[in-house]
Amino acid sequence: MAECHPVGFQWVMEAKAKGAKVIHVDPRFTRTSAVADLHVPLRAGSDIALLGALVNYVLSEGKEFREYVVAYTNAATLVGEDFRDTEDLDGLFSGYDADKHIYDPSSWQYEGSEVAAAAGHRDAQYSDRAGEDSSEGQQRSGGGQSHGSGGPSISGDPERDETLQHPRSVFQVLKRHFARYTPQMVEEVCGVPQDVFRQMAEAITANSGRDRTTAFVYAVGWTHHTVGVQYIRTAAILQTLLGNIGRPGGGIMALRGHASIQGSTDIPTLFNILPGYIPMPHAHRHENLADFVQADAGTKGYWGNMPAYTISLLKSWWGDAATADNDYCFDYLPRLTGDHGTYNTVMRQIDEGGGGYFVVGENPAVGSANAKMQRRGMANLDWLVVRDFQMIESATWWLDGPEIETGEMRTEDIGTEVFFLPAAAHTEKSGSFTNTQRMLQWHHQAVEPAGDARSELWFYYHLGRIIREKLAGSTDPRDRPLLDLTWDYPTEGPVAEPSAETVLAEINGRDADGNPLSAYTALKDDGSTSCGCWIYCGVYADGENQAARRKPGQEQSWVAPEWGWAWPANRRILYNRASADPAGKPWSERKAYVWWDEDQGKWTGHDVPDFQPTKRPDYQPPDGAKAEDALRGTDPFIMQSDGKAWLFAPAGLTDGPMPAHYEPEESPFENAFYAQQSNPARETHSRPDNRYHPSGDKPGSDVFPYVFTTYRLTEHHTAGGMSRFQSYLSELQPEFFCEISPELAAERGLEHLGWATIVTARTAIEARVLVTERMTPLTVRGRTIHQVGLPYHWGSNGLTTGDAANELVSIALDPNVHIQETKAATCDIQPGRRPRGPQLLEYVAGYRQRAGIDELTGTEANRR
Amino acid sequence: MNLRTTALQWPVLRQLRGGDPQALGAAAQSRHSADLRPRTETAQKVVKSICPYCAVGCGQNVYVEDGRVTQIEGDPDSPVSRGRLCPKGSASKQLVTGPSRQFQVKYRRPHGAEWEDLDLETAMDMISDRVIKTRRETWQDEAEGKRVNRTMGIASLGGATLDNEENYLMKKLYSAMGAIQIENQARI
Repeated sequence: MAECHPVGFQWVMEAKAKGAKVIHVDPRFTRTSAVADLHVPLRAGSDIALLGALVNYVLSEGKEFREYVVAYTNAATLVGEDFRDTEDLDGLFSGYDADKHIYDPSSWQYEGSEVAAAAGHRDAQYSDRAGEDSSEGQQRSGGGQSHGSGGPSISGDPERDETLQHPRSVFQVLKRHFARYTPQMVEEVCGVPQDVFRQMAEAITANSGRDRTTAFVYAVGWTHHTVGVQYIRTAAILQTLLGNIGRPGGGIMALRGHASIQGSTDIPTLFNILPGYIPMPHAHRHENLADFVQADAGTKGYWGNMPAYTISLLKSWWGDAATADNDYCFDYLPRLTGDHGTYNTVMRQIDEGGGGYFVVGENPAVGSANAKMQRRGMANLDWLVVRDFQMIESATWWLDGPEIETGEMRTEDIGTEVFFLPAAAHTEKSGSFTNTQRMLQWHHQAVEPAGDARSELWFYYHLGRIIREKLAGSTDPRDRPLLDLTWDYPTEGPVAEPSAETVLAEINGRDADGNPLSAYTALKDDGSTSCGCWIYCGVYADGENQAARRKPGQEQSWVAPEWGWAWPANRRILYNRASADPAGKPWSERKAYVWWDEDQGKWTGHDVPDFQPTKRPDYQPPDGAKAEDALRGTDPFIMQSDGKAWLFAPAGLTDGPMPAHYEPEESPFENAFYAQQSNPARETHSRPDNRYHPSGDKPGSDVFPYVFTTYRLTEHHTAGGMSRFQSYLSELQPEFFCEISPELAAERGLEHLGWATIVTARTAIEARVLVTERMTPLTVRGRTIHQVGLPYHWGSNGLTTGDAANELVSIALDPNVHIQETKAATCDIQPGRRPRGPQLLEYVAGYRQRAGIDELTGTEANRR
Repeated sequence: MNLRTTALQWPVLRQLRGGDPQALGAAAQSRHSADLRPRTETAQKVVKSICPYCAVGCGQNVYVEDGRVTQIEGDPDSPVSRGRLCPKGSASKQLVTGPSRQFQVKYRRPHGAEWEDLDLETAMDMISDRVIKTRRETWQDEAEGKRVNRTMGIASLGGATLDNEENYLMKKLYSAMGAIQIENQARI
């Protein structure tokens, strides 16, 4: 965190100055480790073993926050009789289809209730409900982001045992599942000594409970795995057991790496969701809007209002053309038939070719896994539009990319038509970023963009305007969605910039009279309200840009509610009703945050209560209550359909209701926990340009004996488009390097400041050698394992140049969210520079041959 | 400070005369450094902004003179950052004013070996023609026997570095044109 979010890290240091203990878990020693109380180096890809052992420690030592767990989680809920655990099936959960490598989650349900899948999955599984054949594609499309604003829905009243003793209670299921996650296994699998593990476990549990809370902070070191979503789930289980969710100083903080990467998930430029985590509809026979929202209407929790959110979105997109008679233009929305994520898109570009591609403020030729495939995809297009500040590698690969050097491509053979359009910077346009804490902050335009530089707002508004003008008068029904679109934004200034504030007002939504709405609770399902993103409703309350509020921090409370605006409803901590006990009193004075005020008859406190304001703690829902009214006064997790935090996820995940340790797609070790080697539901794409390594004891795995992991540096930004072109930053970090331990340097004859070649089945790259004790050799399963650290910022353009680490990485994906495994894979490392030209291809082919790699390597369902 | 070039103004004498015995301040000041002015002093306006790098969301003050950004500093009012910026945030003036920034539309024709300059208006016209043509040629009313109303011929990548309002227009326009392969760094 000190490396990649340095200014945010000041608050960790502030807490440390007040007595907080800081523990840093990372394969390498960083600026964070330097100021931490304890640095725990571990083998990349083994975090579930470590976190699972913490869960086991809590459960076996009775360290859970019992009152919180019983009242606020699903610990007491009974799991159905059909469920089989990894304990029963040696690493698999029940419902696995070994031919398709996917799970049928129906046996993971609660006793006595039917669990519909999560927001994003609900529609994918419509076919099951409608008796239609559901394709593998639908099940594959997943929908991890769809949980960004809440969980799956369930119907009925599941059975509970408040004593937590029933053998099928979630609490007991969890206990059995994690029993094998012992300190000995942590030492064996992670390379973390048992006494270090105990220090961690004791510190975390001693600092959790009524008076104290512990926070977890993570970034893509947890998400970039073939089992990445389950990493976060393990932390969520641990924090829930300890009562660290919904309380000040608690939580699991995702540190996101781009100024508005949270915003681009909330208002998604993502294939599987619509604004506010409403799923993109899948293709079904005869599905209408009512069917689409059916899974939610009448269920409990705020997702019960999905018809109002969806219809208000359709009204803001298609305005007067959207009526009850035409299902509010629901059929104008294109339909999904599978995983249309970025990696599938690239493979489609390579395999089928043609079509167009917009690349806006992103540099896949450096920043995406298997960078060669990214370029091969772009080389097979009809047209490509790149919008950026600088001449990034994704714009110039046809002229000087690595494939030109190796002879795999010749410039004159490449038919792609390329448009490069310069982009406007944040100082040259107004708009809002949503930061990592869900807070929207407005940046005001300071100057006009020079030359042809324009904002994305300008580009997309005018592109839409020109397309609509060219199609005007068309009678083709396929053009109606474009021609009926509300697209009349006022423009201003010398370049005719659309008004960003007008767009924000549309996102916020309006009532029947056109007045700005102040809260999503005002949204209606009768077409009388419009709202472009329901969770952002209120950001333009009273016609004021709430994201632009800048009351100085020193003039307000420590929660600083008058700086910017956080979704939803300007709440700074989600699910904060859990900061009070079931009776509505703070768990302790020290940790008071929101509480029930009996005199006023409402919830009050330091933050906006994340609860119906006047719902009493003793409220019991009457029969037939729906949506939020169906939750009790003691159900803080109001987006969940049972109002509970889930220790066991009966639906919503594609790879199991509980986390299990699986080895990465490429690992030097066999899985010590189960016969199942790697995540059985992971997505592999073995093809000539994306071969995998043998793992564990398989023949040839010794050809790639080391683990490598990729990461960022303080002085550079992601794929380098915003840092490698600046002299200040390039001077601070002038060259691509690999970090290795003195022991590995000795083993392979690598010299500090010399060159090294790092090899995988995909390709080989070269880097300067940085020999440092910051990299620790670990003892795992009795063997010494070395790890190679690679910052991934470099490419061939800019002031500081170098090979891209992502050239090495394969496309192997988490099945929930289709995110690639860049944080743990295997490699070889050799002294000296890599071969040039066609020799590079021969060199890598030699490695593949020596390791015996073919199309089946690494794709097995992996029962060994 | 008015520094006369007399012997009495020798730094060592100023140091010995007291007030700054360690010569860390006034005693060490030269005429040149005394005349230096902060570049923020002549700014005509200070515009409130947010750092464009990571998602911490540090506050920035953007200093503007004659329509140009002359300095970017941390905003002390921000309860997030309290005036601090990291090396990247501190370098953001160079991000927006650096010499290698591009301001000209460039075009590479199919099989071409070099960039050509292109007029922005022409580029917009050409791109909109290509969207319409690709959309028509790749349109699917149905897939696997089910209605899909879409094109698989248009894809997009990017959004995490952009504003919410920009992402909103992108998703809205792409959905209306039937493009579904819309992705950004959040997946990566």
